[in-house]
Amino acid sequence: MENKTRTLYMIPYIGWIILFVVAPIALVVYYSFFDIHGNFTVGNYGKFFTPVYLKMAISSFWYAFLITIISLAAAYPTAYLLTKTKHKQLWLLLIIVPSWVNLLLKAYAFIGIFGAHGAANQFLDIIGIGTKQLLFTDFSFVFVSVYIFIPFMILPIFNALDNLNPSLLDATKDLGASKWTTFRRVILPLTLNGVKSGIQVVFIPSLSLFMLTRLIAGNRVITLGTAIEQHFLVTQDWGMGSTIAVFLIIAMFLIMALTGFRRRGA
Amino acid sequence: MKKLMQAFIAVLLLSAVLLTAINRLNATEGYSGENTLTVFNWGDYIDMELVEQFEEETGITVIYETFDSNEAMLTKIQQGGTTYDIAVPSEYMVQKMMEEDLLVELDHSKIPNMKYLDERFMDLSYDPGNKYSLPYFWGTVGIVYNTKLLEGKEFSSWNDLWDPALENDILLVDGAREVIGMGLNSLGYSLNDTNRDHLQEAYEKLTKLTPNIKAIVGDENKLLMQNEEAAIAVVWSGDAADMMWENENLDYVVPEEGSNLWFDTFVIPKTAKNIEGAHQFINFFLDPEINALNTEYVSYSTPNKEALKYMPEDMVEDERFYPSPELTERLEVYENLGREHLAYYNDLFLEFKMYRK
Amino acid sequence: MGKKSAANIFLIFMFFILYAPIFYLIFYSFNSGGTMSGFDGFTWEWYEEIFQDTRLFIIVLNTVVIALLSALISTIIGVFGAIALRSLKQRQQQTLLALNNVLIVSPDVIIGASFLILFTFIGFQLGFYSVLLSHIAFSIPIVVLMVLPKLMEMSPSLVDAAKDLGANSWEVLTKVVLPYITPGIFAGFFMALTYSMDDFAVTFFVTGNGFTTLSVEIYSMARQGISLTINALSTILFLVTIVLVLIYYYLSQRSGVKGVNFRK
Repeated sequence: MENKTRTLYMIPYIGWIILFVVAPIALVVYYSFFDIHGNFTVGNYGKFFTPVYLKMAISSFWYAFLITIISLAAAYPTAYLLTKTKHKQLWLLLIIVPSWVNLLLKAYAFIGIFGAHGAANQFLDIIGIGTKQLLFTDFSFVFVSVYIFIPFMILPIFNALDNLNPSLLDATKDLGASKWTTFRRVILPLTLNGVKSGIQVVFIPSLSLFMLTRLIAGNRVITLGTAIEQHFLVTQDWGMGSTIAVFLIIAMFLIMALTGFRRRGA
Repeated sequence: MKKLMQAFIAVLLLSAVLLTAINRLNATEGYSGENTLTVFNWGDYIDMELVEQFEEETGITVIYETFDSNEAMLTKIQQGGTTYDIAVPSEYMVQKMMEEDLLVELDHSKIPNMKYLDERFMDLSYDPGNKYSLPYFWGTVGIVYNTKLLEGKEFSSWNDLWDPALENDILLVDGAREVIGMGLNSLGYSLNDTNRDHLQEAYEKLTKLTPNIKAIVGDENKLLMQNEEAAIAVVWSGDAADMMWENENLDYVVPEEGSNLWFDTFVIPKTAKNIEGAHQFINFFLDPEINALNTEYVSYSTPNKEALKYMPEDMVEDERFYPSPELTERLEVYENLGREHLAYYNDLFLEFKMYRK
Repeated sequence: MGKKSAANIFLIFMFFILYAPIFYLIFYSFNSGGTMSGFDGFTWEWYEEIFQDTRLFIIVLNTVVIALLSALISTIIGVFGAIALRSLKQRQQQTLLALNNVLIVSPDVIIGASFLILFTFIGFQLGFYSVLLSHIAFSIPIVVLMVLPKLMEMSPSLVDAAKDLGANSWEVLTKVVLPYITPGIFAGFFMALTYSMDDFAVTFFVTGNGFTTLSVEIYSMARQGISLTINALSTILFLVTIVLVLIYYYLSQRSGVKGVNFRK
């Protein structure tokens, strides 16, 4: 691409990065060096390395990992099967529509569905398993989180799969490759960018999940996002909240380095 | 490309139509006019029909904006950039806002109806002389329990919660002062205790409660208790009233050791432009008849003594929500403990939550 | 045959789960009991209430306008940003992408608070425009992430071939690049809509002077209990959305059949 055109395309984007990304980061880093009395300190960073926050960091990563893996496992076949349907664009849109209903309302609905007398338990009772405590468990927390993130995973994978050249698949079949080999050697590599994009848009925000940790998990799960929210809104310790945010941003940079996109032909 | 252009134009057209509709509506409702009063309140915490009556009587158009926590409201008012003529913070937040010089002093001569307020709830430590705030609603912290699920078990003390028979039965409220305060109260200490040994003792005692705790929740506690998801919850009395309205198996008690006495109050923040209208608004809602109607709508306890006369008897005589003076004696208002001690409360509470499982 | 029906069952199951909470909300919008627990009887009361509430109506319109405009503008900025990103060297690209994702990893309260500080610092009036700008800002990264994989898989020889045939850069863009990445652009637009509709915390902080959106209204109702009017409202919005989606699909199919030149 010519440099002039590129610069033109870049201007609004770079402008956005400077104003709404770099400036807030600077602000967050700045705040992270102040204690609750407004004095300069590096104590917040020391505090992050205490068992309470380390444990929180580990559990955040663990749950984000679970949510991402399960989303991927459910989204890949869904996206694949969707590309085989007759009105695939319509079905895809219908996957997105539920995400436009308010999140708090949906969470309340899940409280009802997973409740002791809710539909899920009635179903378990009918099939003979008997009622179980579903609400306030890891299961329901991961389930609802996956529910929320799954459209973000399906979309890029669908777009990648939809673009596969059918003649390519026929060719591998003609060459006598098994289904698994075709998938592993042809389909997966060609959809890898879509999968990576899906992983990024699910894993990164799940690290900072909050609200669901209280609504669905009853504070049995406490993530870094919950802690940040508490520090900003309840304890008003913006310094500590910012410090955790700095760690989240660093963690995200590392993930990006691990899952970088590859250009075709590069 | 054609598809993209079509979509682009369709979205633009739709937005333009909607924007015109919004402007029309705002104009007909008077929101874009001169004589407006912006009220910053909790969602659904006032009877809108009474607000309309206020608008008719005074010719002022009320713009109603909402917040979901005291701290979020504080941040908005601190930063400015927008107009709020009235805000409704809780009492501990009033104190904080006073300290940060965010409030306008009330002109008592413009609020004659304040004489109807119960002296018990006036001139308290958070705002001596009520220079900046007047109580809007008040309440307690206590235990809500399901008599059907617990088969007639009664509660009178905080210590009853530690009963091993109540395993995985209790919902706590997600607030550091409430939970640590419950620990302190159960040991006979004050809610405003800052003695580190006492706090540590309360923390130790609370960790023994963990097997009984089902979840630590927020506003969804109402839904959970109505659905009989748990048998017991530690709640604010306002929430308790809402729950009991929906589920008749529920009962509420303020433990005998004492508990918290809280207020939501009217204040005029420094962001106010229509200070005259703000006084009119406060005075209007302190009118006994108006106040009675509003109380029936909100269903919290009103501090307006005269308004009680206009309310249904069974509401006023309900000792659970209008406790006797002997009990109110034992209730404590949260004092501002200062950042240092509050941070300690919060750290203890975070640790308590982290090591629950 | 057996395989096909297994596939169908899986898809039906996925759709069932995605729509279950929504049908739950719709069901309770007809509850005369007043809350989402215990169905007491059928009523239209909550629907009637909506039509008497002009304030709520304005709030809904605000929400939709903000969502549409912010998604549109963020899609434009994001698409051009992504196209430019693609042609950068690996190192620069990685750095910009990392910056791109900062807003996705930051919890809403931090974004909200820092945008609020930003706006008040430069003396920007809080209201419609500050909310619109913020929504554009936090939607751009998701657009970039949705468009980028499509761009990455586009063969460079495609662009070169077009140039060899004498296309200028505008033609390359509108005749080659944009048609190729159209699915990514739509994905970005729809996900930006989702971000905007769902956002509570950022909007709360940067709004002011009477401007409110539906999520701010719903979240601040939580303490008093969310009224079933909101369920009724969500039901109507949901049905309208479904109808719009069907109309949109029907129209796009028709124009597609006529042989308009685009790759899906």
